[in-house]
Amino acid sequence: MEINTKGVEHIGSELKSEKFKLLFRRFLFNKLAVVGTVIVILLCLFSIVGPFMTKYGPLDIDPMNRLQPPSADHWFGTDNFGRDLFSRVVHGGRVSLVVGFSAALLTAIIGMIIGLYSSYYRILDHVLMRICDGLIAFPDILLAIAITAILGPNPFNVVIAITIVKVPAMARIVRSAALVVKEQTYIEALKAQGASSWRIIWVHMAPNTISPFLVQMTYVFALSIILEAGLSFLGAGVPAPNPSWGNILYDGKAVIFRAWWMTLFPSIFITLAVLGLNLLGDGLRDLLDPHTSKANKKLK
Amino acid sequence: MANSNLLEIKDLKTSFLTERGLVTAVDGVSFSIKPGETLGVVGESGCGKSVTAASIMRLLNKDSTIYEGEIIYKGKNLLKLSEKEMREIRGNEISIIFQDAMTSLNPVYTIGDQIAESLMIHRKLNKRQAYEEAIEMLRMTGIPAPEKRVHEYPHELSGGMRQRAMIAMALSCRPSLLIADEPTTALDVTIQAQILDLINDLKEELNMSVMMITHDLGVVAEVCTRVVVMYLGQVIEETDVESLFDQPLHPYTKGLLECIPQLEDDRSKRLFTIKGIVPSLDNVPKGCRFAQRCPYVDEQCMSESPDLKEVSQGHKVRCWNYDKISS
Repeated sequence: MEINTKGVEHIGSELKSEKFKLLFRRFLFNKLAVVGTVIVILLCLFSIVGPFMTKYGPLDIDPMNRLQPPSADHWFGTDNFGRDLFSRVVHGGRVSLVVGFSAALLTAIIGMIIGLYSSYYRILDHVLMRICDGLIAFPDILLAIAITAILGPNPFNVVIAITIVKVPAMARIVRSAALVVKEQTYIEALKAQGASSWRIIWVHMAPNTISPFLVQMTYVFALSIILEAGLSFLGAGVPAPNPSWGNILYDGKAVIFRAWWMTLFPSIFITLAVLGLNLLGDGLRDLLDPHTSKANKKLK
Repeated sequence: MANSNLLEIKDLKTSFLTERGLVTAVDGVSFSIKPGETLGVVGESGCGKSVTAASIMRLLNKDSTIYEGEIIYKGKNLLKLSEKEMREIRGNEISIIFQDAMTSLNPVYTIGDQIAESLMIHRKLNKRQAYEEAIEMLRMTGIPAPEKRVHEYPHELSGGMRQRAMIAMALSCRPSLLIADEPTTALDVTIQAQILDLINDLKEELNMSVMMITHDLGVVAEVCTRVVVMYLGQVIEETDVESLFDQPLHPYTKGLLECIPQLEDDRSKRLFTIKGIVPSLDNVPKGCRFAQRCPYVDEQCMSESPDLKEVSQGHKVRCWNYDKISS
């Protein structure tokens, strides 16, 4: 019997790795998704390794070398305080990516909880969805500014502000997917097998909402980076002198005709990050939802 | 004799709160199931047979459903149990298999995971034991190479295989009562017979009772010992399977039997149908519910509703004129 079950598990794991390989191959087939993934990975690597590639710190002021154009010494040039722009962009990238990712993760978790529970309990649904409607009615950036104005401008509060702004959309998406799942016969069959509500919601409904959830999470990540940059640009985000892509842009605005590099480099990075994440999101959507798959379209 | 019943339904009334008011889908249904018996529940779509089954398991939406009457299972009234006590019953004591095997399994888990799950909930087995038991159950339902199949996802199985997996899941905790809600409707004919045989064999093997819900009288003839015929939320006839086919008393039952096409019939003739349509549940007619469609209708049928009367040993019928009709 011992040997028998070992054999069973072996077959199981073999089948699973087979399926994983198949999924991976389908992912490689989608060129744009691969490009998006590569961009995101490179940006992450860049903000991890970058700080070690330069001898300048992001806050080192050098008044003699203000507004220097890009050179072998200062790769991206210097800003109006003579700080090395490469170092600032790299450190700012760390802040932007961490803030963006934390906001996306927090939004995902809270959105998942709200979405699942409101799809399952009708009265809770009415209450939670009206609150979400209220939040959606505000323009994103305005609501985010209001929240950071109350809480104070620092990266942690920016994460909270972005989360509050983005949770309603996430909750709606999870809810609509969960509502479809809830009506399936297997949920009724599970109830008939004596499964508790907790088990039905988390073990059975949650995995069935995972694909729209993951796709939305990548979009929230991208939107968080834009929102964070916007907030920092307006002075409601990461406070000076700490760098973030948004507040470097703000510093560059005053000298845009004398020092184009101060605007160009952070802009390129914001664009790349958002582009990469959106491509990744589109790719994931194609991969996880067979109905819109590019591969299918080509077959037609 | 009442104590010998495994399940006894007394005057069950299940109503739904809808936008058009209170709709009573099951209206005063009473019947019982003895240990080891296969009871057929027959009737056309919307007659309340599935709602009766769902009421036994209390699967209907809590907020919009009102139950009245009693459902006594092993001396306990299921309608009075707490939600937690009810969960102990579901899957463990009473199991149900649904018509639609295609959507009755969660697509994101392997069938092994799903069979093992109820074993882990009710029998507190660990994962390895539950998996071994799941393989055993799959083997019992006649799935070839169960140690391999156990790792497959529902979409990798055919309809018949899926229904077998569903049966394995429903029976994994060795329930005393299996409710089969049209278990063969979605399957093709050759598989239907196999699944019915399987349910019958497992019934003997696990010593359980079966409540077979169907609209197919062929299924009834094949597996049932006793039959309840339902029409518009009421039981209209209850009898053993022989007298159902030999001497049906209710005009509706007769009509159903005549609807079955016979091979030796004249092919040029139109098939027999029961005239009219089932009245809507929110507009139940006064008097006998079958009166508008009944060929033997008279004054009394239109004004007064007949009771379910026991006319001979174990044979009940709800009709004013059964004695005139039967000849």
